[in-house]
Amino acid sequence: MAEREQIRKPAPANREPSVEEAPSSSERGSDIKAQLDDLLDEIDEVLETNAEDFVKSYIQKGGE
Amino acid sequence: MAVPKTVGLETEYGIVHRGAPEPNSISASSLLINAYLVGTHQAPEPGRAAVGWDFTDETPGNDARGGVPAGSLAPEIETHLVNAVLTNGARYYVDHAHPELSTPECADARAVVVYDRAAELIAARSMEAARMLLPPGEEIVVYKNNSDGKGNSYGCHENYLVSRAVPFSRIVTHATAHFVTRQIFCGAGKVGSETSGMRLDDAGYQISQRADFIEEEVGLETTLKRPIVNTRDEPHADAAKYRRLHVIVGDANMSQVATFLKVGTTALVMALTEDDAVPREMRFATPVAALRQVSRDLSLREPLELVDGATITALGAQWELLAAARAYVETRGADAVGGDVAHQVLDRWEAVLGGLERDPTSLAAQIDWVAKLRLLEGFRERHGLDFTDARLRALDIQYHDLRPAKSLAARAGLETLVDEAEAELAMTEPPPDTRAFFRGRCLQRFAAQVVAANWDSIVFDVGEGSLRRVSMAEPARGTVAHVGTMFDECVSAVDLLRRLGAAGA
Repeated sequence: MAEREQIRKPAPANREPSVEEAPSSSERGSDIKAQLDDLLDEIDEVLETNAEDFVKSYIQKGGE
Repeated sequence: MAVPKTVGLETEYGIVHRGAPEPNSISASSLLINAYLVGTHQAPEPGRAAVGWDFTDETPGNDARGGVPAGSLAPEIETHLVNAVLTNGARYYVDHAHPELSTPECADARAVVVYDRAAELIAARSMEAARMLLPPGEEIVVYKNNSDGKGNSYGCHENYLVSRAVPFSRIVTHATAHFVTRQIFCGAGKVGSETSGMRLDDAGYQISQRADFIEEEVGLETTLKRPIVNTRDEPHADAAKYRRLHVIVGDANMSQVATFLKVGTTALVMALTEDDAVPREMRFATPVAALRQVSRDLSLREPLELVDGATITALGAQWELLAAARAYVETRGADAVGGDVAHQVLDRWEAVLGGLERDPTSLAAQIDWVAKLRLLEGFRERHGLDFTDARLRALDIQYHDLRPAKSLAARAGLETLVDEAEAELAMTEPPPDTRAFFRGRCLQRFAAQVVAANWDSIVFDVGEGSLRRVSMAEPARGTVAHVGTMFDECVSAVDLLRRLGAAGA
């Protein structure tokens, strides 16, 4: 593990911080939860109504 | 010396003909593609043959290792099905029982994202066009995934131009190390397992769609006994200078960041391989088992055994490859790997590995398997389901639905790297910086005189008795810089051929 720690420090000095660095924990929490709830509401609406039949009939031939 | 990495994707889509009394995936695929061609006026005028695919130079049975091992099966080419060349330089066709779209040749990973998104839009447009032709109550639906959950798989293949000078065994070594471990950021996620001998619910959820179907380390096959490293030796370019690494191990991605990283990191690893700049040979003791182990290890912490007895995690392997790629670009530059785009790949690669190490759930907007798992877990909790519930399998499949009104990936809040206007333009416009520009312009301007086209040539019939074939053996030539002005000035196909002849092209 120590070896990897050494290898993976590739001179970050002159690089801009990346956009998707983990958001600070203060931004998370209830906001994230509300977003997921909205998303799940939407999934409840658009998900195939008869999941059992849909999954059963989703049969593909092998490809390539 | 690493050659500039011309890259591209070939995606086979899942297809369902809903409401049809006797659904047939081959005829549904044909109908889908023809509906698109007619709807976008890329179909032939009455009385003329379509611009078809030219199979003259196709040799998918050639093996990069030299001889063909006993018992191996050369892929067959199906020549009788719909097979169209689009004005953006792509190929849109029926392969076996699936619609397949090959992107035009791209010069970097970002361009691949543009043309992969354009392919999704083409599929969506095709579904709309097909619906107009079908009886009420019928619909053709296309899914961008790699498995039906019942043991049948179809591929999203990648292609990378590499130097012929590099020994193939070296490619096998470094490509294997990358392919076994890159799943942690380019896996599309899958409910259940399809490995023979395992029950479907042995794995509740795994990182890769495809790992269950990989059975060999190296080989020529694509439809059975699929290998980690495919040996098809068919460069579609000057065979004395180039190989084309044909990659069949990967998942189709809904996340643009995942596609960007899948292609960008692999192009870098190939450049490092060509220039012998990978610090060590990372050989797994049992690569196929390691590939499946990585797919099932959502903790990303399990050690993988190397032949020298040491172990490494998938994350550790990726940190090591990233460090080598950084060092390579810093000392040799990024010309062979997409210039500025290579720097973006490196930064994004580092950020994603950091995120995976700290907390994979922080990458729900970037990484497909994380995004899908977030939906599954949320849905499971809300409805109190276990992982064998059909609704979770339905959610898995519908994540990959390409209908905007139904796609769950489109609702998952995934970060985008290209805007929709750029992708829409790419449905009809070729990339400017590869030979796809020449192919696309020929079809835009002179489709009536083009008899057939393939990756490395175009055949014209300009009514002078014999057909004229224009060779395009150099993937980086035929760009807007080389022939843009020529096209602007040309008044006819005859004029174009005369100018090409005069230029000695």
